[in-house]
Amino acid sequence: MPTDQSVDTTTSSDLKRLESGLDNLETGGQRGPGAKTYFARLLSPLIAIAVIILIWQIVFWLQLQPDYVLPGPLQVLDALRAQAAQDLLWQSVFNSIRRAAQGFIISILVATPIGLALGFYPKLRAIFGPILTGLQQLPSVAWVPAAIIWFGLSDATIFTVVLLGAVPSIANGLLAGMDQIPPIYLRAGQVMGAKGFGRTGRIVLPAAWPGYLAGLEQGWAFAWRSLMAAELIAVSPALGPGLGQMLDTGRSLGDMALILGAIAMIMAVGILIERLVFSPLRQRTLRNRGLIR
Amino acid sequence: MTLTSGAHPAPDAGVGDYAVRLQNVVKQFTADGPIILDDLTLDVRPGEFISLVGASGCGKSTLLNIISGLDKQTSGTVETSGPPSFMFQEAALMPWLTAGKNVELALTFSGVPKSQRKARAQELLSLVHLDRSYDQRPHELSGGMRQRVAIARSLAQGRSILLMDEPFAALDAITRDLLHEELTRIWQETGLAVIFVTHNVREAVRLGQRVLLMSSRPGRIIQEWNIGGHEPWRLDSPDVANLASEITDQLRKEIIRHAN
Repeated sequence: MPTDQSVDTTTSSDLKRLESGLDNLETGGQRGPGAKTYFARLLSPLIAIAVIILIWQIVFWLQLQPDYVLPGPLQVLDALRAQAAQDLLWQSVFNSIRRAAQGFIISILVATPIGLALGFYPKLRAIFGPILTGLQQLPSVAWVPAAIIWFGLSDATIFTVVLLGAVPSIANGLLAGMDQIPPIYLRAGQVMGAKGFGRTGRIVLPAAWPGYLAGLEQGWAFAWRSLMAAELIAVSPALGPGLGQMLDTGRSLGDMALILGAIAMIMAVGILIERLVFSPLRQRTLRNRGLIR
Repeated sequence: MTLTSGAHPAPDAGVGDYAVRLQNVVKQFTADGPIILDDLTLDVRPGEFISLVGASGCGKSTLLNIISGLDKQTSGTVETSGPPSFMFQEAALMPWLTAGKNVELALTFSGVPKSQRKARAQELLSLVHLDRSYDQRPHELSGGMRQRVAIARSLAQGRSILLMDEPFAALDAITRDLLHEELTRIWQETGLAVIFVTHNVREAVRLGQRVLLMSSRPGRIIQEWNIGGHEPWRLDSPDVANLASEITDQLRKEIIRHAN
């Protein structure tokens, strides 16, 4: 080729510098602010809690209801302290969280293959999809009597109820996530030669992750609720303490302060898990994918 | 610079010496539907850069899908020297991976051992002048940078054929201009056979050694311009302008054929 073309063409190092300049112009200074700290995540909800306690205290002072119907915040705190003094409070909290976490992990292991199978095979989905949705609609507490007859007052009963609560939500969340995968990612995977487990693990699951995560979050909420219902009904010394059992103790003793205390602990655990586990995961996912700054 | 026009075969094409060979390829999506590709025959030599131009609906993208195996022809034969890699109009980078990990993903699927992937991905990013972008996420990159990562990812597959479906159509003029030079440089360094689909005639002329004009409904190759092996041209060079206006005239005639 004629060398007098050199006037017309850019040399390689010029090109590199041109591109570098353009890259900097087009991407300069658009880094978003850093992540909110754990501290801020935990402190913000405390404001609402403080307001609720304040209103509660005012209503208590007005003496609209007798103490045994509506105890004040301090009486509830005393009831919880009494439980703590018998070592029951933290055992109950720990036991319930452990059961919910175990049930939740088993649910993930069960729900993920189900979701993938239904997502990959539309015929399977046409057959089993409606049942999954039906199970999701059914409050899993409805399974407690059946589970008690099948498994007695055992851990198996509790896990059955937790699984029936969480599995449908997780599987449906994964399905929704798979439905929302932009086809271009699958095509890009296909031309890269992705197939089988590699395709599932490296393309389908990460691409479906936002929907899957929403399903996991809902699944956790269902697992926690189902567990409380199961613990409340399936009370037995063999099962040991739990927050649901604490509610039942309160009911049988007519101890309203203990009941409200147990409710407060159940909510506190729910908020804590959401703030410490799911909220950071969700934020990270959205930020990594450029869906929020 | 040699300019020849007409449908004569490419010079030096020996028997069996091809990257892509299409013979009498016909495509219909349904048996009684319109003919999308009609009796298409084309040889692409190894290392050759082909530009494919045509108006909308000429089946350019369908043709690439058939060559890549994403779609199947109705009749005729398609042979390639190996599986091609493919670049789309969108970069189609995985948004959950960094630029470097996107390149590594292609290396993984090509069977490159884990211990070599990172260094190789870094090398490929350097080749497209993105040395410092390994840890950046796709959304942190500009459109041109994303397409360069997509080029690096295509190269990571280690294929000898690269299919490009209007890869620069969504970019601004300045970025596109630089990417033309970048692509030409990479093509010269790697010896890839490239089939570049575009509806931008100047782009086709600037990049291709051969420019093929396709008709619409049915899609056929109706004319071919042989530009010969060339140094990169600038978009404003008179040769490009002259040839581009000649091809544009033909393209317009083809479009007028479809008027009422």
